[in-house]
Parts: sequence; structure tokens; C-alpha cells
Amino acid sequence: MTTFGKLNRRHFLGTSAAALGAAALGGLARPAMAAGDLTVGFIYVGPKDDFGYNQAHAEGAAAVKEMAGVTVLEEENVPESQDVQNTMESMINFDGAGLLFPTSFGYFNPHILELAPKYADVRFEHCGGLWAEGNPTNAGSYFGYIGMGQYLNGIAAGHATKSKKIGFVAAKPIPQVLNNINSFLLGARAVDPEITCQVIFTGEWSLAVKEAEATNALADQGCDVITCHVDGPKVVCETAVARGAYVCGYHADQSPLAGDMYLTGAEWNWAGVYTDMVTKFMAGEAVPNFLRGGLADGFIKMSPLGPAVSDAGRAQFEAVKGEIMAGGFAAIKGPLKDNAGNVIAADGEAFVETDVALESMDYLVEGVLGSTS
Amino acid sequence: MEPVEIGLWGVPLAVLGGAIRVSTPFLFVSLGECLTERSGRINLGLEGTLVFGAMTGYALAYESGSPYVGVLAAALAGACFGLLHGWICKFRGVNDIAIGIALMLLGMGLAFFFGKPYIQPVAPDLPAINFGWWSDIPQVRAALQVNVLFLLGGLLAVAMAWMFRSTRVGLTLRVVGDSTDAARAMGLDPDRVRLLATAAGGALAGIGGAYLSLYYPGSWNEGISSGQGLMAIALVIFARWNPINCFWAALLFGGAGALGPALQSVGVSEGYYLFFAAPYVLTLGLLILTSSPDRAMQGAPLELSLTK
Repeated sequence: MTTFGKLNRRHFLGTSAAALGAAALGGLARPAMAAGDLTVGFIYVGPKDDFGYNQAHAEGAAAVKEMAGVTVLEEENVPESQDVQNTMESMINFDGAGLLFPTSFGYFNPHILELAPKYADVRFEHCGGLWAEGNPTNAGSYFGYIGMGQYLNGIAAGHATKSKKIGFVAAKPIPQVLNNINSFLLGARAVDPEITCQVIFTGEWSLAVKEAEATNALADQGCDVITCHVDGPKVVCETAVARGAYVCGYHADQSPLAGDMYLTGAEWNWAGVYTDMVTKFMAGEAVPNFLRGGLADGFIKMSPLGPAVSDAGRAQFEAVKGEIMAGGFAAIKGPLKDNAGNVIAADGEAFVETDVALESMDYLVEGVLGSTS
Repeated sequence: MEPVEIGLWGVPLAVLGGAIRVSTPFLFVSLGECLTERSGRINLGLEGTLVFGAMTGYALAYESGSPYVGVLAAALAGACFGLLHGWICKFRGVNDIAIGIALMLLGMGLAFFFGKPYIQPVAPDLPAINFGWWSDIPQVRAALQVNVLFLLGGLLAVAMAWMFRSTRVGLTLRVVGDSTDAARAMGLDPDRVRLLATAAGGALAGIGGAYLSLYYPGSWNEGISSGQGLMAIALVIFARWNPINCFWAALLFGGAGALGPALQSVGVSEGYYLFFAAPYVLTLGLLILTSSPDRAMQGAPLELSLTK
């Protein structure tokens, strides 16, 4: 608890100095930095080499580390609780960080929203959150349209499945996860409209035993292509391959784990995104508070197709990938119902990948077996 | 082989398979704790020992190429943690529960620290014996893949029950666990007995950890245990300090844990958070059903700090 004391004292000194009118003293409370240099802090919810979400961000951080005049701080295994506020405050106060990337979904609300007004000269960039008008202007959120990657996964899966059943191990029913599940199925249905997708929610981002049990349960029900949206896909990949199911990757490239059973994978491509943002920030240019990008913008990429993908599969995969690269592609388009029978999109209605409405998705489309609660 | 449509049969099959796959760490940790507690000490540090065992097992299996080396190393590492606990606890005024919690945090911290470079590599898995050869259904075959460690754990439970009942070692443990004074009068050294019992208990928990990382789910990461070590310690009380009961309790917990995902896979998907709580609800229910105001803590070693 000593850090608390120090933080408070420092903060107190800073503000009282400012109150005295000696504004310069307030600046002295922070470690002095050479002009133009920038310290960037990355915060991960799990280990940064988990073959998944955190590894994808850490690869981005590694690219930032190569940039001149930038010091990178990293902290792993920071829970989505008061802990992340302590980590952010210590990065700001003790290491002089000017730009923070707290990367886990649960960091945004309330933690970033609480700290941002207190540190107006620090920039908070959060992955996956929904920055809205009225939120602090020194905070921002960025994300990629990775649902499109899952749509492409679905196309590869649709060509590989024999049982016409594909499986999805999901952590929590939040909009990004639901969008991935729906896109995966719709991609497969673009190949064969009879395909169904069984989803199993584990309830947590990282629960190794439950993920293995979920994968086994999917294989028991005859799912022969399995993908997932959990923090570290390693367990799902290895279990699925042991059960003889094909694997579509997620977050990072898992082909070393799945070998020939690996069809393709939807990967993040943060290196380019992060170096871009840091360059803009250092040059004093405005970084948008709400930043999104897809396959064409280099926010996401696909793993190379595995040997199990048929020629027909390859052709359709490449064709659809081309359509997505051209922009304006919609996976969710009418006529479409959710799996409870409610109309999601009327005939002729389409939600293109950039539609913000997709980011508050709360349904599973027809053909997905499972429920959101 | 083509998968066969099994529909609702998937649930009992998953519970059976889950009982076999998931129960082994519960079994080893609870047997280890049972041994330690029978000697009159509680070692709450077994969660840390389990995680450290998982890391050591994975790391050494990867470095040596043999999963058995990993299991041995995990047992050794677990024994070291047990020795440390036993040694500290012999000093006057030391509380075994507090030391246990400290060692739990130490074990996990050390495992995370040394385990960093082993999250990525893929270590060789322990082999399984196929008890499903008689079936044409691949799902049944998969459920009946039984790991040697599971069988070993079952045998160990029987052997331990026999040891407590009819051997000199068992008698010594029980005397030390029930009355330090009586043990001293018999010329036994209670601290030494407890030290050895805690070390053996730690070794068993280490093996449980190696099962986690080397067989199921079969990889090392920091969230591998998710509290299974702590649950296993609670299982010992639930099993009334009887090794045979520990075996059944471990099976029950393993099977109950498989219930949630299996129910979702057959379409019972509403309220899955509730099904995930099944093992805990089950424990509560059974403890309430088997409780009695007259014979509370029946079977508990009398020297245990819980009963004093």
C-alpha cells in the first residue's frame, strides 16, 4: 500500500503547487523527459506469449519498441479491476508515460474513464471499447473488423466440414464475440446453407480445463471444424486436433500447434496500427478518438491457407477476400433472422462491416445453436 | 472414423469422460492433503504446489523430451515445497494455515516467473491407454482414453486406505494426527512424521500438476489450475479424511465440471453460468445432506488446527 501513499502525496504536491500559481512546479512532479521522446505503456490482461489476444498486442508493442525516441513499458497479467488503475497511474507518475495502451476489453469502463480526466496530458488508447461523444477527449478506442476474418474462416470451414456441423468455443457473450460467431457461421453458409454452428460459452477469457471440455463436447456432437474466441487458443487448438477436428485460428497464427489440421486463421495485425498511432502522436497530429479498420487497412490479416483447404475452397476464399478488400462488404444482410426467430435484417437491408450498429450486437443468427445468456 | 450421431447421449458420455479426464488433479491433491491432514497438519499451499508442479513438469518434459521425467521432476518439486512447509511449521507459534497461504502465493509466483519461457513451446504429452477398443463409436473411444496417472491415483487411494487401517506407518500417522502427547509417549517424533507426511503430500500435489500440463488440458499457462488445488483441499473435508471417499469425490467434481459444456452442446444453453456452478452447488448440497449436529467433523484428526 506504500505506492498508494506515494501516489497521493505526489498528486497532492502537484495540485497544491499548481494552486499556488507555480505551474512549472507541477511539471516537475513528473520524471523529466528529453524533448520529443515518448514513453508508451502497454498493459495486458494475460501473458504476452499466449498464442492469442495478448501475444497479438505484444507483437505490436515489439514493433513500437523499434522506433527511435520511444521507450516501451509492458505489464502482463493485470486484472480488469482497480489493479489496472494502479498500473496506469504508476506508468504515468513513475515512468512518465505519455501514451497508454490498456488492451483488455474490461479496462475501458470504468477504469480509463475514471483516470483520463485526472491526467489530461496523457493519452489513453483502448482496444475494443466504444468511445462515444461525451467521453474524455484524451481517451480513444480502436479496433479491427475481425468479424470479416471469421467470415473467411467460415468459408474455409464450410469447404472442409463433412458433418455440416462446425463448432465455436466462446468466452463471453459480448458484441465482438457474438459478431465473430455469427460471421463464422455466415461464412460457412455462403458455402453450404445447411451448415450449423454449435457454440459453447465458457464464461471466462482464460479457463484451460473448461475450454478443453468445451472442445471435447463439440467433437462429441460431431463438429469437425472448430474455432474459438478466448484469450489463448492453444488449448482449444490442441484438443481439437487430438479429436481429429480441423482448426481455424484466431488472434494470432496457431499453425505451429495444429499442423496440417490448420485451415486458416483470423489474426490481428497491430504492428502497423501501433507504429502509425505512435508516429502521429509524436508528430503532434490528431489521433481519432474512434479508430476502426479492417483487412484493407491492415488492422487484421489472414493466416496462410493450410494444405487441407480444397481448390474450390481456395478459390472462394480468395474471391471473397478480394470483395472484402474492396470495401463495403456485409456479412449480416437480409433476409436474416436470429436463432430465436426475430428479424435481424429485412430483405435488401445490409449491415456493412463498418456499421457501428454491429458493435452492440446481442443476437446469434439463425443456424447458430446456443444462446447469449 | 466418421463421428456417429449421439445426441443427448453426449451428456452422460461427457460427464463420464470428464470424470476421468478432469478428476486426476483433484484426486492427487486431495490424497496428498489427506495424508498431510491425517498427520495433524493442514497444508493450504497445495494450490501453489499444483501450479508449480504443472510448470516444472512441462518445462522438464520439454527440455528432456520425456513426459515421465517431467512427472518425476514435478513430484520432487512438490516434495520440496512440502518439506519447506513442514520445516517452518515445526517452530513454536507458527500457524500452518498462514504458512500454507504464504507458500501458495510463493509457489504460484515462482511458477509464473520460471514458467515464462515455456508458455509457447509444445512439450510431449503423457500417453493414454485406450479402454474404448470394444466400441465402434469414436465418441466413446475418446471418453475412455484413460491416462496412467488416473489409474495410479485410484490404486493409490486403495493403498492409502489400507495403509491407514492396517500398517505400522498408518498407525504412526494416525497417532501423531490424533494426539501429539500420545505420540511422544510412544517415543515417536511428531515433527518428523509431519514433515515427511507433508513432503509426501506435496509430491502427490506436484504429480497432479504434471497431469494438468502434460495430459489434460496438456499445456502450460498461468491460468492452468483455476483454483483446482483449493477445491481439492476442500474435498478432503467433504470426503471425511478417507482416501477412498477422496477418489469418489474427485470423480464427482470432474464429472460435474463437464456438465456445463456438455449441456450447451446438446442445446440446453439457457443459464449456462448456473450449470458452471454445478460442482459448487453439489458440494453445498452434499455437505448439508450429510451434516449432523451430533457428529460434526467426524473422522477429523484431532490435532488438526481446524478441530482444536
